Amino acid sequence: MSTAIGPDATSAMPAVNPRGVDRHGDMPSVGRGPRESILSRTGAMLVMAVFTLYFLVPIWWLLVASTKSRGDLFSTNPLWFADFRLFENIGALLAHRDGVYLKWILNSLLYAGLGAVVATILAAMCGYALAKYRFPGRETIFNIVLGGVLVPATALALPLFLLFSRVQLTDTFWAVFLPSVVSPFGVYLSRVFAEASVPDELLEASRLDGAGEIRTFFTVSIRLMFPALITVFLFQFVTIWNNFFLPLIMLRSEELFPVTYGLYAWNSTVNQFPELRTYVLVGSLLSIIPLIITFLLLQRYWRTGLGTGALK
Amino acid sequence: MRHTKRAVTAALLTSAALALTGCAAGGASSGGGGGDAAASCEPAGEDVTLTFTSWIPGIEDAVAIWNEENPDIQVEVQTGPSGNAGTYQNFFNQLEAGNAPDLGQIEYDALPNFRVQDGLVNLGACEDVLAAEDQFLDWTWGQVTLGTEDEVYGIPQDQGPMALFYRSDLFEQAGIEVPTTWEEYREAAVTIREQGGYITNFSQTDINQFAGFVWQAGGQWFANDGDAWTVELTSDESMTVAEYWQDLIENDLVSTYPAWTDEWNNAYNSGEVWTWNSAVWGANSILSGAPDTAGNWSVALAPQWNEGDAVAGNWGGSSIAVFNGTDHLYEAAKFALWLNTSEEALTSLNETAQIYPATEAGLDLPVLKEGVEFYGGQPIYDVFAEAAAQVSPDFVWGPTMTQTYADVSDGFKAAASGSSTLMEALEKGQESTIKALEAQSIPVAE
Repeated sequence: MSTAIGPDATSAMPAVNPRGVDRHGDMPSVGRGPRESILSRTGAMLVMAVFTLYFLVPIWWLLVASTKSRGDLFSTNPLWFADFRLFENIGALLAHRDGVYLKWILNSLLYAGLGAVVATILAAMCGYALAKYRFPGRETIFNIVLGGVLVPATALALPLFLLFSRVQLTDTFWAVFLPSVVSPFGVYLSRVFAEASVPDELLEASRLDGAGEIRTFFTVSIRLMFPALITVFLFQFVTIWNNFFLPLIMLRSEELFPVTYGLYAWNSTVNQFPELRTYVLVGSLLSIIPLIITFLLLQRYWRTGLGTGALK
Repeated sequence: MRHTKRAVTAALLTSAALALTGCAAGGASSGGGGGDAAASCEPAGEDVTLTFTSWIPGIEDAVAIWNEENPDIQVEVQTGPSGNAGTYQNFFNQLEAGNAPDLGQIEYDALPNFRVQDGLVNLGACEDVLAAEDQFLDWTWGQVTLGTEDEVYGIPQDQGPMALFYRSDLFEQAGIEVPTTWEEYREAAVTIREQGGYITNFSQTDINQFAGFVWQAGGQWFANDGDAWTVELTSDESMTVAEYWQDLIENDLVSTYPAWTDEWNNAYNSGEVWTWNSAVWGANSILSGAPDTAGNWSVALAPQWNEGDAVAGNWGGSSIAVFNGTDHLYEAAKFALWLNTSEEALTSLNETAQIYPATEAGLDLPVLKEGVEFYGGQPIYDVFAEAAAQVSPDFVWGPTMTQTYADVSDGFKAAASGSSTLMEALEKGQESTIKALEAQSIPVAE
């Protein structure tokens, strides 16, 4: 969220300035306008700086800690480098237990990447149908889906576990994947976006040209909704990536763990097996890289998408 | 709302399940059963696959040895976070769903909880198990019989006899004798404080360490006569121990850093704190937490309450239990016994995870006879073997230890900050534990 708020706040800044200048021109009391503007500007900058620091210090600490040997971790300045051993640490992490960490990263990418793609397609179809077709019970369905947004995923984990136990699907890939492809919030966003960005006239036109509903959806509508769908994808990607409770309840086999759960399992035994501490630190550092890359690549779309939603 | 979401998922699920039946087959080995009354201990007479959940890293190496030697009883290892961090809750969920593993790692202090919830199979039905009693230290066996005569709810795996880790170099420089009684320990604490250090750190969160002190003092926290539980957090011994540490805290003779944190490690690494009353597995914690102090530590038997006594407390230790719902009690028991008594398994467990065995013979493993470099070459495990033989077999854990630990820990934190006392913490813990038992309809004796 902080990345989204940042640019908005800065773009709001120049808007303050002209108004200040205008007032300065109108009124004889010299300095009043500019002072206010400088004051509010520095104030805003200060608040932003404090928050940036607040968000970045833990990551900085993580980065620094990942470069240290186990001994230096406690005996040297926690916020500055000692003996630089990042690459040795990464090597040790990747070698630990036959590279199980890499497997966790791949699992996470699979759960989050594939899960978010499927969830986005499902949400897009559902939201589009709710926006563009009239059928009895449409609002009821929409309201029920909307209600689903309010139910926290954590509360559903245990019922899901009991359900999956019935069909003997616990401790499989599907136990984490299937619940991840459902995104009520995505449906809600898709409906709003579809209403805003897909004109009915266009649909009429494509119908007249003889395109079927499914073809229209995949060739015309989905392109119009694209920036919005990126938003849905990003939301769902992050949600699945961070969903730790579901794997905790569902999975028992190490080779199926996503990286969050794997690191948690290691971290829970660091008191007994201290060599794991370095692995947890370096592992955490590496595990945020895919998220950062995803955000940097898709951030542009995301902002447009959020804006579209906000207008409605 | 929840129902609808569940219904949606269920619908998705059934369609997916139809498509994926092939993938489902390999999953859990134990069927849905779960209600076998008085399981009999008979060989299955066919090839068996057991599932075994443990959070010990490297335990699969030992299991691989077993699988090699026993093609007809294959064991699959499942893993997860440590018990209280999630695996116990998973066990309860699985028992509820009827797909618990055949075997699971359970620490001694959590066994009564699973017993009370009817999650465990009584291994006493297996003759081999009863016959193995003599191989284990009396007190470790006592931890799995839960005070009964011939019922056995797990095979002891490891133990945590407590001793005194101390900075031999600092003691020598200061000309202080290593304390052998708690009275001498307090005197030493005063001298060390005058030199700017602390004799030890009192942990607000390690309530099982405190329980180990009470254990050593001959106290009890719980008792079970078969019908009802007695809660004795405020027993005389328990209060004596609390008053002793309260005095040290009030006079600023011990530090109160939260344990297992950076400050705590740093306090040991920098030489600010001189001793640690800890269990055998603590040897590894110091080694990693205070690497700059290599070669300066030694281990001595724990200080005693009465001069000339020879008793030790215990902190930690776990067992391998068999869950209700298993179809293969005989094979599961056989594997659990092998894992925790055979020399090859114990050696493997010690090499991969520093597991300190619960058997008499296990304490004589060659790896446990060697001097340890970090401790100036002292063969420290000889001290722990001596301590292990001094642990009282009578200490009983309650059925709601997670809650008890949490509540007492809250009180201890208040005591460490000076707003309350350890005695009050125990009194509150006593009350809340009785309430928790009653809330679960577990009978409590007056």
